[in-house]
Amino acid sequence: MAQTKTTSSPLPRGVKNAVGRLFASVPLLGFLFGFLACVLMEMAVGDQLANLLGLSKMPVLFGIVTIFKAIAGLINTLFKGAAFDPGTLVHIPMALIYFSIVYLAPITIVTRLTSRLANSLADALQQTSLLFSALVHLGLLYAILHFWGGMNDYRLIVLKLTLIAILVTLSLNIINGYMGEFSCSHPGFMAIGAYMSSMFTVGLFVDDKVLGAAKLSFSLAYLSFPLALVFGGLMAAIGALIIAIPSFKTRGDYLAIISLAFLFIIKSLFENVQALGGARGISGQPNWATLPVIFAVVVIGFWAINNFVNSTMGKALNAVRDEESAAEAMTINTRKTKMAAFMFAAFWAGMAGGLLAHVMRYINPSMFGIQKLAEVLAMVYFGGLNSVVGSIVGAVSISLLSEALRPLEILKWIVIPLLLILVMIYRPTGLIAFREFNIRRILQPRRPESKEV
Amino acid sequence: MSFTFLMQNLVNALQWGSFYALIALGYSMVYSILMLFNFAHGDIFMVGAYIGLGVATLLLALVGTGAGAMLPGWVVLVFTILISMFLTAFVGLIVERVGYRPLREAPRASAAITGLMIGIILETSNIILMGGQRVKFPQLIESVTYNIGGVFVTNMKIMIVLVSLGLMLALHLFVTRSKWGMAMRAMAFDYVVVPLVGVPLNTIAAMTFAIGSALAAAAGILFGLAYPVLDPFMGVSLGWKAFVAAILGGRGSIMGACLAGFMLGFIEIMTVPAIQIVNRLFNLNLGSNLRDLIAYSIVLLILIFRPHGLFGEPYSAKLRL
Repeated sequence: MAQTKTTSSPLPRGVKNAVGRLFASVPLLGFLFGFLACVLMEMAVGDQLANLLGLSKMPVLFGIVTIFKAIAGLINTLFKGAAFDPGTLVHIPMALIYFSIVYLAPITIVTRLTSRLANSLADALQQTSLLFSALVHLGLLYAILHFWGGMNDYRLIVLKLTLIAILVTLSLNIINGYMGEFSCSHPGFMAIGAYMSSMFTVGLFVDDKVLGAAKLSFSLAYLSFPLALVFGGLMAAIGALIIAIPSFKTRGDYLAIISLAFLFIIKSLFENVQALGGARGISGQPNWATLPVIFAVVVIGFWAINNFVNSTMGKALNAVRDEESAAEAMTINTRKTKMAAFMFAAFWAGMAGGLLAHVMRYINPSMFGIQKLAEVLAMVYFGGLNSVVGSIVGAVSISLLSEALRPLEILKWIVIPLLLILVMIYRPTGLIAFREFNIRRILQPRRPESKEV
Repeated sequence: MSFTFLMQNLVNALQWGSFYALIALGYSMVYSILMLFNFAHGDIFMVGAYIGLGVATLLLALVGTGAGAMLPGWVVLVFTILISMFLTAFVGLIVERVGYRPLREAPRASAAITGLMIGIILETSNIILMGGQRVKFPQLIESVTYNIGGVFVTNMKIMIVLVSLGLMLALHLFVTRSKWGMAMRAMAFDYVVVPLVGVPLNTIAAMTFAIGSALAAAAGILFGLAYPVLDPFMGVSLGWKAFVAAILGGRGSIMGACLAGFMLGFIEIMTVPAIQIVNRLFNLNLGSNLRDLIAYSIVLLILIFRPHGLFGEPYSAKLRL
């Protein structure tokens, strides 16, 4: 199996080389320009173009949903004998054309045309502080997401959930990737965060049947939302002590079971505490989790987690994973390290849970069960262990995939697991594992000639 | 709160625990050989129950039902259990071949993910094939209730407990007395060196999966007899709880898995009368749906104070992480 991986077929490699050459001199800034151009183009001509191509409306997720809808129709005809409109088959090439015109063409043209400009801009940015440079890039990224998500409510919710999934995956990767434990407790931390932040916001500012009338009300209440999130995160971190303390003495499978038991206990607890709505949960969260808020929280979370895993503490975490007694001999305080990792990961999971509660504006205990666990574990192991980039890749690809395959209905739950099994067989640690994230290298200008040396 | 009431719950706990014990055995056996947990096992239990349903329906159609039946119900039941165990063993073999053998050198967590995904595939295939409705398991033997000093015991309960104990005894004899059982124990001792002296690792691993799946199928049929409604997700909660039992017993310990399975069933069933007693004593109004909470809290406490389980070894040199 190892041989087949290295000698892959020549065609994809040729294509890959060609694409690599095409974009070799494009810095990240150039790609952001390209994407911005795509999004602006879609805003300007998307609807008309979709009409022209015979698509009923603008394709939501790059046309993938449209394609799978046609395929699903075909499958239904073949197996269930449902009525089939052959016209929908035309949607497949049309969606591809739409994708090429709106996304592929602008990104290629704009990145190529602006590569010189983007490189000099990146050069100029490199002379300024790293923080400023990063903020400029993030601003551009946010603009892209804002415009892209602004075109359609469905896109917006997919975008929000994907961003939250990124945060959850990053935080789970601290424990499962960097610390090498198999923690099953993450939905429990999310539940704590979701419930506690909802208690804060709904309890204080909203008239609610379960949590009573609003105790405070003023117009700038939404400014307290970060406080609610942090409160949820801190509570999750305190909850993490229940797992962190046993982890001093036990590892591996037993810790996995302790974390699983923790998950069941938390779920059962929220089901039984009638003061928190019991099995019916809490609803009516104020609509404060807007895209900018989520984007900011996720970026801060990414920054904090990346710094954490690159710090001495993060390296100590890797040492504890690889050989605990050796780490101890190297004067690493393993207890402190494990506790910090668990609490830190739980804090961000709690934040993500709080965001989720305010995006869905409805929570109940069954949202944080085994199914959620399988989902987040899939994201971590698909993307790659021990890598923040891998976490982002995993979260984005699993989220988008499960949205894109939605037209396949039940078959989706065959396709996604099969894909994961294949990834596990051919890349057991995930797609992009054990890779460090170096922000300086990513933001720097690209010059082909400097690469040749 | 009388003695009979406690006895009644004890009988129920024995029945409930035997499902856990039978499923936990499969987890534990695979663990003892390959040092990894087969997370698809709960769903293999579900598949076993559905295969049992198919076999039972087929057999009933062949021999007829009611007064005109060619064979008595218990014979049909015995054949159903045996045939389903045989068929489900093949499901286990396929799962091992597809999901676990390619990942033998991979990190253990990857195999865990594969297992979870195979479980999802099994559930989804079931929904696609069976239409996602709950189906009724045929009643193979007529239910008779005995009243033993105020404790009501159905023949079903006796049968379920006896069959489970019989299967466990058979497994015990197989593992301790047969040549293959000896190979399994040797492999559990060290799966690096033992293959060097000519014991085939792949065959033993496949055999372990097959035996575990067959036991899960038996559990599935017994479950179907006791609670005659099957649904595609029946293996999820039962499977995870049996997994907890397997760990609680000490990973890889067959005896431990059995005892911990019964113990978990006992804890779960006994929580209800315990809550009633507490309610009466302290004049509280606690709901009986605290069952999971209390059961898992006890599990958590046991694992905090005995981190290697009830019957596990404190430290294993084989532990690879």
